[in-house]
Amino acid sequence: MKVLVPVKRVIDYNVKVRVKADGTGVDLANVKMSMNPFDEIAVEEAIRLKEKGVATEVVVVSIGVKQAQETLRTALAMGADRAILVVAADDVHTDIEPLAVAKILAKVAEAEQPGLILSGKQAIDNDMNATGQMLAALLGWPQATFASKVEIEGEKAKVTREVDGGHQVIEVKLPAIVTADLRLNEPRYASLPNIMKAKKKPLEEKTAADYGVDVTPRLTVVKTAEPKGRSAGIKVGSVDELIAKLKDVGAI
Amino acid sequence: MAVLLIAELNGAELATDATAKALTAAKAIGPVTVLVAGQGVDAAAAAAATLDGVEKVLKADDAAYAHGLAEPLADLVVSLAGGFSHVVAPSTASAKNALPRIAALLDVMVLSDVTGVVDADTFERPIYAGNAIQTVKSSDKVKVLTVRTAAFGATAAGGAAPVEAIAATGDKGASVWVADEVVKSDRPELTSAKIVVSGGRGVGSEENFALIEGLADKLGAAVGASRAAVDSGYAPNDRQVGQTGKVVAPNLYVAVGISGAIQHLAGMKDSKVIVAINKDEEAPIFQVADFGLVADLFDAVPELTSKL
Repeated sequence: MKVLVPVKRVIDYNVKVRVKADGTGVDLANVKMSMNPFDEIAVEEAIRLKEKGVATEVVVVSIGVKQAQETLRTALAMGADRAILVVAADDVHTDIEPLAVAKILAKVAEAEQPGLILSGKQAIDNDMNATGQMLAALLGWPQATFASKVEIEGEKAKVTREVDGGHQVIEVKLPAIVTADLRLNEPRYASLPNIMKAKKKPLEEKTAADYGVDVTPRLTVVKTAEPKGRSAGIKVGSVDELIAKLKDVGAI
Repeated sequence: MAVLLIAELNGAELATDATAKALTAAKAIGPVTVLVAGQGVDAAAAAAATLDGVEKVLKADDAAYAHGLAEPLADLVVSLAGGFSHVVAPSTASAKNALPRIAALLDVMVLSDVTGVVDADTFERPIYAGNAIQTVKSSDKVKVLTVRTAAFGATAAGGAAPVEAIAATGDKGASVWVADEVVKSDRPELTSAKIVVSGGRGVGSEENFALIEGLADKLGAAVGASRAAVDSGYAPNDRQVGQTGKVVAPNLYVAVGISGAIQHLAGMKDSKVIVAINKDEEAPIFQVADFGLVADLFDAVPELTSKL
């Protein structure tokens, strides 16, 4: 079974973002970019399926600017077999919407015929949490979102999902889309020899036009603003003082 | 402008708080029809009908909807969507699961975690873990959105809408429910609690989490946790507050042994009053706390609990 893993290049999760003064967006010039943390978990799970002999090939795909190549190389260094880059934007500030990404991924899936697509549950930049579900809809496949455990049993996947009250276990017929939650696994680090080897693995470059997908956004960004700041707090010296302050403001 | 609001259910019961908060956002757009889809949901539909401002309740009572699986629910909503300009649901795990699927089937984008309704086409939503607020205008024929419940007050009861039973659209059986592993709790529900007490890595062990629970019980509060506390097994996953867990905005949020990473702040920085108890005075949590106490939590929390 072939496993397809979509990965996204996003601002590094440790970076404190800066909203541009003119309200046009977040400043992404000269900031550290990395693979979306949830996608690392998806890649790791795919590689583990290969190590268990369940998956035969792991193909990673990324959509965006040319520099997303680096993200794909990282996935290859972790253990993916080959990569597809779909160039759909010239500028790092152009975030392709989940609907367009899902349409491109659906075309990639039609060409590659994977038995399973493993994606992250959300990207930490647009916080949409939508692409996996949209892709499942477009392909007419079942979906298992927010997965914390995946067991492949023949033609089915048994997936434990993180839901509001605890966990839910469902079974989906393959092919299916599974989106990874944080607790699915602990992603490995790529070793230096593997990073070197990854440079020789195949990376195919395509464009959105190759797949006939229109990436025009449906949502126009009117403005991007800083969230309301909190007024400075105070440090109290003791538990008694804390209780007194909380009573003063009516919090308890 | 007609709005279809998908009611949130806990099993067969209406999750009134989440539904009523999403209703507040939905009412700002236009007249609201509520869809209650589940199994044995007569009482839930009746409860939804009493919410103020609801025009009509559609009840789809069928085994296909019993466990909130995305595929049958999406097919049902898509079959109804022709009559509506907006499809709205509270931003819960079940709605985040189903709404993007619905949107893609309608060939429209989804607006996740809406925190403000500017007009029928224009909405505000947080991006980058809440570090920026984006205002977006949709050009889609149907707007599909999930509402961040922490950003809206709950609509009160006071309505008496008619309930209309509608036919189920079936289940193709692509997904099958196997089991629920529900965390039992007598404490208030995290996303609707007035007070939340959360513990982080500093708490040190699952046993020590009893300190957090003791303080929470004294305050009648819900118990939350940071990712570190959940990953370390101190607390179950459904208690996680943050970018990838639950987003809360209680009157009082007490963060104990939590450093205050960007991803945690994303889930609680709209709380009215924030208290931080941490022994590291450089911890970032103190930058958002209204009242900070630099102290060892193992001294401060028992003292606080006993003096309340």
